[in-house]
Amino acid sequence: MANLKQFLTGLTRGRADLRNVALLAAVILVALPLTLDIFRLNLVGKYLTFAFVAVGLVLCWGYGGILSLGQGIFFGLGGYCMAMFLKLEASDPVSTAIQSTPGIPDFMDWNQLKALPWFWEPFHSLPFTLLAVLVLPTLFAYLIGVTMFKRRVGGVYFAIITQAIALILTVLIVGQQGLIGGINGITDLKTLLGWDIRTNSARYILYYVNAALLLGAILLGRWMLSTKFGLLLVALRDKEERVRFSGYDVADLKIFVFCVAALFSAVGGAMFTLQVGFMSPSFVGIVPSIEMVIFTAVGGRLSLIGAVYGALLVNFGKSYFSESFADLWLYLMGALFIGVVLFLPNGLAGLFREPRQAWLQLRQQAQTWVTRLCPRCLPAGGKSEKGAV
Amino acid sequence: MSTDYRRPVARTGFLASLMWSLAALAVAPAFAAGPPTAQVNTTKLAVTDTTVTVGDLHSATGTMAISEIGSIQAELLAIDQINAIGGVLGRKIQVIKEDGASDWPTFAEKSRKLLVNDRVAAVFGCWTSASRKAVLPVFEKENGLLYYPTFYEGLEQSKNVIYTGQEATQQILAGLDWVAKTKGAKTFFLIGSDYIWPRTSNKIARKHIENVLHGKVVGEEYYPLGHTNFRSLINKVKLAKPDVIYSIVVGGSNVSWFKQLEAAGVKGDNTTLLTISTTEDEVKGIGGESVAGFYSAMKYFQALKNPNNEKFVAAFKAKYGADSVIGDVTQAAYLGPWLWKAAVEKAGSFDVDKVVVASPGIELKTAPEGYVKVHPNHHLWSKLRIGRWKKDGQVEVVYESGLIEPNPFPKGYQ
Amino acid sequence: MSNETYTLFATLLMQGFAGLSLFSVLLLMALGLAIIFGQMGVINMAHGEFMTIGAYTTYLISTFAETHGFLGESFFLSLIAAFGVAFAAGYLLEIVLIRRLYKRPLYTLLATWGVSLVMQQVFRQAFGAREVSPALPEWLSGSYQPATGIDLPVSGLMLLVLMLVVTFGVWLLMYRSRWGIQVRATTQNRTIAGAVGINTKRVDRLTFALGCGLAGIAGAAFTTIASTGPTAGGLYIVDTFLVVVFGGAASLFGTIASAFSIAQAQSVLEFLMTGSMAKVLTLVTVVLILMMRPEGLFSLKVRK
Repeated sequence: MANLKQFLTGLTRGRADLRNVALLAAVILVALPLTLDIFRLNLVGKYLTFAFVAVGLVLCWGYGGILSLGQGIFFGLGGYCMAMFLKLEASDPVSTAIQSTPGIPDFMDWNQLKALPWFWEPFHSLPFTLLAVLVLPTLFAYLIGVTMFKRRVGGVYFAIITQAIALILTVLIVGQQGLIGGINGITDLKTLLGWDIRTNSARYILYYVNAALLLGAILLGRWMLSTKFGLLLVALRDKEERVRFSGYDVADLKIFVFCVAALFSAVGGAMFTLQVGFMSPSFVGIVPSIEMVIFTAVGGRLSLIGAVYGALLVNFGKSYFSESFADLWLYLMGALFIGVVLFLPNGLAGLFREPRQAWLQLRQQAQTWVTRLCPRCLPAGGKSEKGAV
Repeated sequence: MSTDYRRPVARTGFLASLMWSLAALAVAPAFAAGPPTAQVNTTKLAVTDTTVTVGDLHSATGTMAISEIGSIQAELLAIDQINAIGGVLGRKIQVIKEDGASDWPTFAEKSRKLLVNDRVAAVFGCWTSASRKAVLPVFEKENGLLYYPTFYEGLEQSKNVIYTGQEATQQILAGLDWVAKTKGAKTFFLIGSDYIWPRTSNKIARKHIENVLHGKVVGEEYYPLGHTNFRSLINKVKLAKPDVIYSIVVGGSNVSWFKQLEAAGVKGDNTTLLTISTTEDEVKGIGGESVAGFYSAMKYFQALKNPNNEKFVAAFKAKYGADSVIGDVTQAAYLGPWLWKAAVEKAGSFDVDKVVVASPGIELKTAPEGYVKVHPNHHLWSKLRIGRWKKDGQVEVVYESGLIEPNPFPKGYQ
Repeated sequence: MSNETYTLFATLLMQGFAGLSLFSVLLLMALGLAIIFGQMGVINMAHGEFMTIGAYTTYLISTFAETHGFLGESFFLSLIAAFGVAFAAGYLLEIVLIRRLYKRPLYTLLATWGVSLVMQQVFRQAFGAREVSPALPEWLSGSYQPATGIDLPVSGLMLLVLMLVVTFGVWLLMYRSRWGIQVRATTQNRTIAGAVGINTKRVDRLTFALGCGLAGIAGAAFTTIASTGPTAGGLYIVDTFLVVVFGGAASLFGTIASAFSIAQAQSVLEFLMTGSMAKVLTLVTVVLILMMRPEGLFSLKVRK
């Protein structure tokens, strides 16, 4: 009983945090569906799938100190698994009668393939697909983690290598058009076990499922952070050597949190495929992976809830501005990266959680800038000296 | 008179609508209202008594921009010209421009926005087959109408698309026949960018070469869109010594491909190269010296000599600058709004179902390529021309076929 | 030697030369980044955009030269101008941004990515979204034929020569000049270097600007083989990083060796299989080797 109570307390971690989670739930489960039409809501559903990645990054980067610039890998792997299942369902011999070889996906046909490649066969079954979505990306993350963290590769090196892996996967997919759709991606997905996923009602249902899963991920993350593991994570981010000397296997901790982040991203990817109706390598590569990092940075890399808001905010901005002020948007995006790094290292959540500290930090940064650019602009005798460089 | 890129009036409030209507009345003399809106628009499209809204969906940025910007310009020119003579059914055309950014998922998202959110009456857009495949499910589900301007691989026929570019049998087969006959070509090396169109086109080409021309394919290679290092490929081609290099390199890669060919000594005077993906737009970026002597198989070239084309080229240059160039897809894009106008007026309505029913049989005698007619399979009857590139970036037309009937599902090629 | 064997030999020779050309390109791109990374541990994600600066500068100069009739000579002018403009831009960037982030390399990654986005948009607005291609001078186009059947592209030869000159220049600068000693001292032990009177901040700034200037030269050289668009820089950024990381930080020789092996591997593989498989194999091999030996081929110190 005491354990259950502990679990629940750990889950909600005090009244203020409970309030924030409830607020987020209210926003994504109630407020948004009521105020937006189905087209915009479907877009929000898409943004929320990116939020999965952002939440994973909060655990792995914000708390663990591991910056992965290749989360698109896992997002893509999860998404492609789901896409393969849906594509096989949409490629039954009846609807593909017009092809040279009916019964196989259209892109295989126009790449002159005559039969389904072996690794597609298991994806005829939904249980296998769901298992694959959860296991394959996590396994891949485990492999990457074992080879890198056991050799104490971290920091910038790790980030570059994750980028390289994202690039490798993208080139691989693009080059194997016959096997996996190439740069066209896997398109024209219609039904999930006979249920048409393109109707408005399906879109609503998928949205709610997605939102619920996201909230579940957040609660899971909070629980993990409230345990001893959470403490160790923060400790190893700040002073890795001490944690190692205290007897803990730092590599195992890092591998674990990296795998969790990968798992979350994979679920996001699968939900993306379901809601948007296709999957393509343009969500696997370097650019989308770095963009997912900015969602976390904007929201606050130390806040699971902030990550969701960050993802929503940046994507709303992207959609709105790219429609009306396309040129301005790219400047804004760039400025966002620079601004968040310089002025808001803890993101918006930092601003909300500790407004006074954030404000002081902001003011100090601004002062340093002004002094540097225009030494006589500030009143003389001001104690504006250079802060930490 | 320039085109407006405004949101459709239907979405704004009552007062705003009132103001717009008053403003519209002020320019009413140019747009005497045609048939009442309730009659011509029964499917809640963005149509008012004085305006109708269409969408323009191309890549203004990214690796495909080099090819697609011409299409955007042509479509806007056609719309301006249509507005200048009274619009469609007495209504001025307004355009919402969206950028697909050379990214197929973005194309799909923007097409859904145009059809579901903005309720446009027609969309002029897409260039690569990949972008068309990505938006096709959206158009079929939302019952939209797309005018697609690019030459493509065929094997498709949709109620919701009018294909104003050539399909494979019109472009590929006639071109191969010509090069086999005039150059006595027996061996071919097939090269393409790695996505649906070059792959499918080469599949068709291979079947034609092997089964009909009794020739041989000595190599087939693909490189990703945007790739810039073709040196190894060029060495492989030199080793294989084909009679014809059959090239379907698309977009920005064209520049590297032809520059590196020239640097490796492969030129028009010592090699036969036939391409179905290089138009005046790409050659402007490549530089005429690097392509001189090579051949392109297209239905339209800027150098065509007929009165329609002379007027078209003059109008295009007047609007976009004297050093603009016009490629095949640009001209096909220009046809889109005119064909749509003709179909709408024949149907007497903007409703997509009615426009689609009215489209087959529509002829355009003012087309810059001469003459086109819409076939019941939603493609166009058109001619094929082979052009030999000159140093100035224009072609010398060396062959012109008769009108070829479009056949997107040729027997024996699937 | 029979005709067949001769053709094969000629092709292998040309293929080897293609590998050398790729090596020249990779090395030119990587030199600048290697210097910056080795010196300051900073990864500049906008490195590709500095290359694009060089390419656009070349475009402007060659367009101007074409209309005024000195296209032939303009190439050298372009190289120098490309260096200068990129150097100045890098200097500015260092003062405004990089200086604030030295202790936080991961944040530098993100911030410089933001800079690259801004720069791309500036290019787009200044030059249009379409790709542009500077006019090549006569003496740079076509090929050099030492024997029948062997065509060596002149631009490739020029690239090779340029790479040798630039590498030699960088070596001179780093190992035979006073400033080079300061740079190496700061790399090895910043605190003591500062204690003996070296102005480490100024050294950092100049190093960063130099790295960017080298990127500008690479961009100018690049215009001979491909067109330039606003996003052209992003195509090679990961390859450049891998070359630098693979070679080992703060080691000029490492960068050279790494660029050479990666270029040759990729060229040879490209000849034997499809382009994308060749790239995948090369990248996978590099990543695997890096996983086993994170400090790269040759390094002066172990990095975490």
